[in-house]
Amino acid sequence: MAELPKFLRPVTVPDADVGHAITFDAALALDCGKTLGPLTVAYMTYGTLNPARSNAVLICHALTLDQFVASAHPITGKPGWWDIMVGPGKPIDTNRFFVICANVLGGCMGTTGPAEICAATGRPYGLDFPLVTIRDMVRAQALLLDALGIDKLMSVIGGSMGGMQVLQWAASYPERVVSAVPIACAARHSAQNISFHEVGRQAIMADPDWKGGTYQLHGTQPAKGLAVARMAAHITYLSEMALQRKFGRSLQDREQISFGFGPDFQIESYLHHQGISFVDRFDANSYLYITRAMDYFDLAAEQGGTLAEAFRGAKTRFCIISFTSDWLFPTAENKHVAHALNATAATVSFVEIATDRGHDAFLLDEPEMFATVRGFLNSVAASVGA
Amino acid sequence: MSAALRPDLAAIAEMIPAGGRVLDVGCGDGALLEHLSLTKGVDGRGIELSQQNVNACVARGLPVMQGDADTDLVEYPDAAFDVAILSQTIQSTRSPRDVLGHLLRIGRRTVISLPNFGHWRVRASLAVHGRMPRTLALNYQWYDTPNIHLCTIADFVALANATGATIERALALDEKGRSRAMRAEAWGPNFLANGAIFLLRGR
Repeated sequence: MAELPKFLRPVTVPDADVGHAITFDAALALDCGKTLGPLTVAYMTYGTLNPARSNAVLICHALTLDQFVASAHPITGKPGWWDIMVGPGKPIDTNRFFVICANVLGGCMGTTGPAEICAATGRPYGLDFPLVTIRDMVRAQALLLDALGIDKLMSVIGGSMGGMQVLQWAASYPERVVSAVPIACAARHSAQNISFHEVGRQAIMADPDWKGGTYQLHGTQPAKGLAVARMAAHITYLSEMALQRKFGRSLQDREQISFGFGPDFQIESYLHHQGISFVDRFDANSYLYITRAMDYFDLAAEQGGTLAEAFRGAKTRFCIISFTSDWLFPTAENKHVAHALNATAATVSFVEIATDRGHDAFLLDEPEMFATVRGFLNSVAASVGA
Repeated sequence: MSAALRPDLAAIAEMIPAGGRVLDVGCGDGALLEHLSLTKGVDGRGIELSQQNVNACVARGLPVMQGDADTDLVEYPDAAFDVAILSQTIQSTRSPRDVLGHLLRIGRRTVISLPNFGHWRVRASLAVHGRMPRTLALNYQWYDTPNIHLCTIADFVALANATGATIERALALDEKGRSRAMRAEAWGPNFLANGAIFLLRGR
């Protein structure tokens, strides 16, 4: 294929380094009733698995992140998305723990997703890719752990959609999960959250370059739609206070308003940048599929509407963390999970971190969050001899 | 074990049966829960407001919910715990009667410790100076105190009776937190004790 202009390139750069990858030939049965196979799971590891195999920590990533949790991103070159939390001497200490992070099913950094070539047709899946759920993502991760010979996880940790996977891990494989740290998440996606996702999806599908999801065959990409989706979503990751503090009504490279529709305000320019840089590293169809997986997530629904049932008899130790200014996954949603766990006499801690940085706080320098995670993992490690 | 337990907490610990499930509301840094877990094999849970204390509990491996007695107790099912503890906290709740009601519902037994606003120094301070009393245990100005619902031992006994609770044991605390048995209804402790610990059973 001829070299395409940068922002029109299919973003799942076919030759991008995805770290490690394992392909499973057996088809995976999905919640939607279809099967998917062969299935590739791309992942990164940090640290060393101890001889007792008791120090494995699985990190589950959020919607638009990937397996490059603590090392430079192969496409953007930016540092690992959680290298403030994960690394030597960090709260999730890779000198002590063996950290695994896998690209989610439906993703676009090496794990099978809609941008990958379907073996049966020889063409990218596009919309022929089956709808996947959070539980399907967790099933794929369980296959990976089986292949790595890891039976038990000392901890499963993740924020946002990663937190949903953490909860699903504890519900689906309670015997494999010694401890769980769901951060800034919920046991179900709220109507408001589904709304924002639908805005994003509609923006992508309204872009003529989307071409019914077959844009890869046309050497194009719905870059504008995907950028708008990212801009809308990005607002939900921040808080009104943080926006006001960082940007206020400051003007961008000008002394006064222009009486036009250019980016007069710094916040506009910032959002444009967020949108434009996103399309270089993310696949539009992947965005559709993964947002849908989050929308479908409702742990209580699997249990006849009673969330506590999802965790009945759980031996897993939980540490749930929320942030005061997070309106995407507010404290009340996180606490709801904590109370459901309490009702089953599970061992659960709930911590609410005071911050004005909104949902994204879980990715940022929040010393109290680091203290919580470090202290919790230390106590869990002591209990399992890791 | 770590540092010695405060004497009033040790007196509470002495009331807790081994191996039970315990909810400590306002558990602070978890010293009592850790002590109960190590010495009595208690399955302990905490509720605590302060971030620093919550992190201290988490680092000790104690399950703790960051939250508020006034709003969070409603979430706990009936008789979920063998003992519910409220140590030196009832005076800072918004609705002491509701909080007590929830504790009696959640725990088969409830242990409550509180400062005694009927102590003679408190009474004398108000009588002599005509100002809201400040004591070592309650060292705040009236306008910035978190202790918005102070009571005397006699007041608390009246509330316990009003809620239908049975007082199974009562201890008087001196200024160092040392405890001795008292008759809950007696006049003396309400005048002389700095605080009290009650073991209650709900209806």
